[in-house]
Amino acid sequence: MSQKYDVAVIGAGPGGYVAAIRAAQLGFKTVCIEKWIGKDGKPSLGGTCLNVGCIPSKALLESSYKYEEAAHDLELHGVSVGKPKLDVAVMLKRKDTIVGNLTGGIGGLFKTNGVTHLAGTGKLLPNKQVEFMGHDGKSEALHAKHVIIATGSVPVNIKPAPLIDDLVVDSTGALEFRSVPKKLGVIGGGVIGLELGSVWNRLGSDVTIFEALDDFLALADQQIAKESRKIFAKQGLNILTSTLVKGTEVKGKKVEVTFESKDGTQTQTFDKLIVAVGRKPFTDGLLADGCGVTQDERGFIEVNEVCETAVPGVYAIGDVVRGAMLAHKGSEEGVMVAERIAGKRAQVNYDTVPSVIYTHPEVAWVGQTEEQLKREGVNYNVGVFPFAASGRAMATNETAGMVKMIADKNTDRILGVHIVGPTAGDMVAQAVIAMEFGSSAEDIAMTMFAHPTVSEALHEAALAVHGHAIHIANKRKSA
Amino acid sequence: MAIEIKVPQFPESVEEGSIATWHKQVGEAVTRDELVVDIETDKTVLEVVATEDGVLTDILKQAGDTVSSQELIGRIEPGAIASGTTKSDEPKPADGAAAQGDAAFAANPAAKKLAEEHNVDLLKVQGTGKDGRILKEDVQHVLNVPKGLEPAPAAAKTATPALTGERVEKRIPMTRLRVTIAKRLLDAQHNAAMLTTFNEVNMGPLMDLRKQYKELFEKTHNGTRLGFMGFFVKAAAEALKRFPAVNASIDGNDIVYHGFFDIGVAVSTERGLVVPVLRDCDRMSIAEVEGGIRNYAVAAKDGKLAIEDMTGGTFTITNGGVFGSLLSTPILNPPQTAILGMHKIQERPMAVSGQVVIQPMMYLALSYDHRMIDGKDAVQFLVAIKDMLEDPARMLLDL
Repeated sequence: MSQKYDVAVIGAGPGGYVAAIRAAQLGFKTVCIEKWIGKDGKPSLGGTCLNVGCIPSKALLESSYKYEEAAHDLELHGVSVGKPKLDVAVMLKRKDTIVGNLTGGIGGLFKTNGVTHLAGTGKLLPNKQVEFMGHDGKSEALHAKHVIIATGSVPVNIKPAPLIDDLVVDSTGALEFRSVPKKLGVIGGGVIGLELGSVWNRLGSDVTIFEALDDFLALADQQIAKESRKIFAKQGLNILTSTLVKGTEVKGKKVEVTFESKDGTQTQTFDKLIVAVGRKPFTDGLLADGCGVTQDERGFIEVNEVCETAVPGVYAIGDVVRGAMLAHKGSEEGVMVAERIAGKRAQVNYDTVPSVIYTHPEVAWVGQTEEQLKREGVNYNVGVFPFAASGRAMATNETAGMVKMIADKNTDRILGVHIVGPTAGDMVAQAVIAMEFGSSAEDIAMTMFAHPTVSEALHEAALAVHGHAIHIANKRKSA
Repeated sequence: MAIEIKVPQFPESVEEGSIATWHKQVGEAVTRDELVVDIETDKTVLEVVATEDGVLTDILKQAGDTVSSQELIGRIEPGAIASGTTKSDEPKPADGAAAQGDAAFAANPAAKKLAEEHNVDLLKVQGTGKDGRILKEDVQHVLNVPKGLEPAPAAAKTATPALTGERVEKRIPMTRLRVTIAKRLLDAQHNAAMLTTFNEVNMGPLMDLRKQYKELFEKTHNGTRLGFMGFFVKAAAEALKRFPAVNASIDGNDIVYHGFFDIGVAVSTERGLVVPVLRDCDRMSIAEVEGGIRNYAVAAKDGKLAIEDMTGGTFTITNGGVFGSLLSTPILNPPQTAILGMHKIQERPMAVSGQVVIQPMMYLALSYDHRMIDGKDAVQFLVAIKDMLEDPARMLLDL
């Protein structure tokens, strides 16, 4: 028997569940297929982001930061609590509770919006048919007018460092260490490696990060990347760039890592090793022969700028398609696709996708970097404001970092905003809004910011674009 | 409370306008940013959009009424439910023109400042931002100051020239005539299954005829010159008689065959192309045709052509040849179903009975509405004209 739906979504991560809810809001009969089984053995919604990604990592980042604050910073404020005691089990349980609340919350949202949730796997057959296979092994054919593929991504494994239970782990395993490893190795100096490295570093691990590329945070603005690296080094993260991991060997309960850099080949032994070298699109068992959906050589499902695949009526969104692997990018694509199915003209502005690294301080940016603009031969002005000159940042003891704004030299339109500093991830939203509305640096400069706030640094950076910053000495004198 | 629909603030140079079209009837639902009424001024058509979802409750000025800046012309009851269910699912995104009504509010702060500093009327600035929002760069664009951020003239002068160089642009509103031309041409392209058939005609015989009788003709007909146009009009009228479909027009699902042959002749003027119509061409002599065209050309130059002179034609002839065009595909003049294009006469080597002969040749183009005219008829129509022009005696003998 074939069930009929208007919209079938495969995957309930931040792309898929948002697409499903929006489709249901627009009046479509919607089904969402998700295969995830939570730690409690029950089906769980929310995908990587909620179960083993964004949310649990943020829970641990916050907890570990509290510990570090108690251990080091509180005394500065005249608050003595003695040496804080750490209970990793409680920390992990709190994280699991948050994950449980949120994933359960999506189930609730599905109910109130009338989205049918099917626990199991979905497979796209020829002629836009979807085969659903429940965890009980029973399969059923679904007929949907529109199919949205949102199957996300999985961590990449590398040959020199195969995963070994509880010793060499990926980003998921790194959320489950039951004690603090003395020595922790992290392969990959990207967002995930930095965040997970930070968590365990704060809790007392001696952390070494191996980055194969020459530049630290190669995709970020390099002025911000260099500043960030300095800050992280001060926190105790040992970051090795231009360093390639050649192999790993289990030595008792430890793992020995062989790596190569300009200093030659060396080895180091770690209690735990995290492999965080990136993620790849997940399409295992998704596409039946002849279903018509095409993939590029790296496995991404090929779509046009509005997420349509080669098959009319079949869409793909989020990590499984081109573009940044970011939850919010997937969510926006989900909304766009649902609205386009309803005949609306929604679009995603890929020029204003914000990126955030949730270290402390956070690193966040939107738009183009100075390096990109230089390469493209664009003339630009730069305004920089350090948090060291912000009253609010000083009061909260968060003076590391800066805001950097880049604007077109001719039109003054904001081309990029790059921040390392307190609440950078939230502050960058102001820049995203400004850019979405085509603002010039002067527009931000003319906008009133509340005092004292850390956001004032963005205001000052905008002023600095024209050499008008009030609270620092301007490099360029200008009327 | 009802929301007032007002005429947008006119630019300084415009004193009054008139209601062109109400796109909504009283009682009809409107969604925010949906086009409600067009107001025509000498310069342009202003679009007025709904500022809220609701129902149009009052129309105070009807189409054709003269209105002044800021005048109240209608009301919308916000949030009301329409009597019918015509609510469109997809609100039309506000475009630049639609946002003009409250341009002052849809400009970014730096854009407003720059505009005030330079006395730029924001109403005249085309916004390129989200929903037609006016950006700083849009005002810069108007000021034509592509370099430097600050309006500091002294500094700007000493600065090295911007790499992009001075690339001057001037923005002027379309005249009403140009707007009408643009609209009609686009309509023609959108609403007809238009295609073009070509042929060529040896102009030698006509040129000989003309050379032979030119002076006598002029003397006999009070100075009217013998041109080619008279022959073309007469040939066309004769061909139209033989192929009534080419002389017909489409009205909805009906075909209207006309028992008269009114041929429009495109005349270029400084203000644009106009097409005065020669009535009952089949009954006109060549001298009357030539005289009629001359009178129209003079009137057009002086802007004295009446609307009646330019409406109701059943067929059109356009001559791009006077400007040197060798070949073109004319656009229909709706509701007509065909148009003949004349071109430049050029000497070309032609193969005549196995010999290469240099002949003065002209390409002919007939664009036609394939919904109405079959390819066979169109081609034969054009061949008929060619035959008559190459052997003018056929016109006399009805051959």
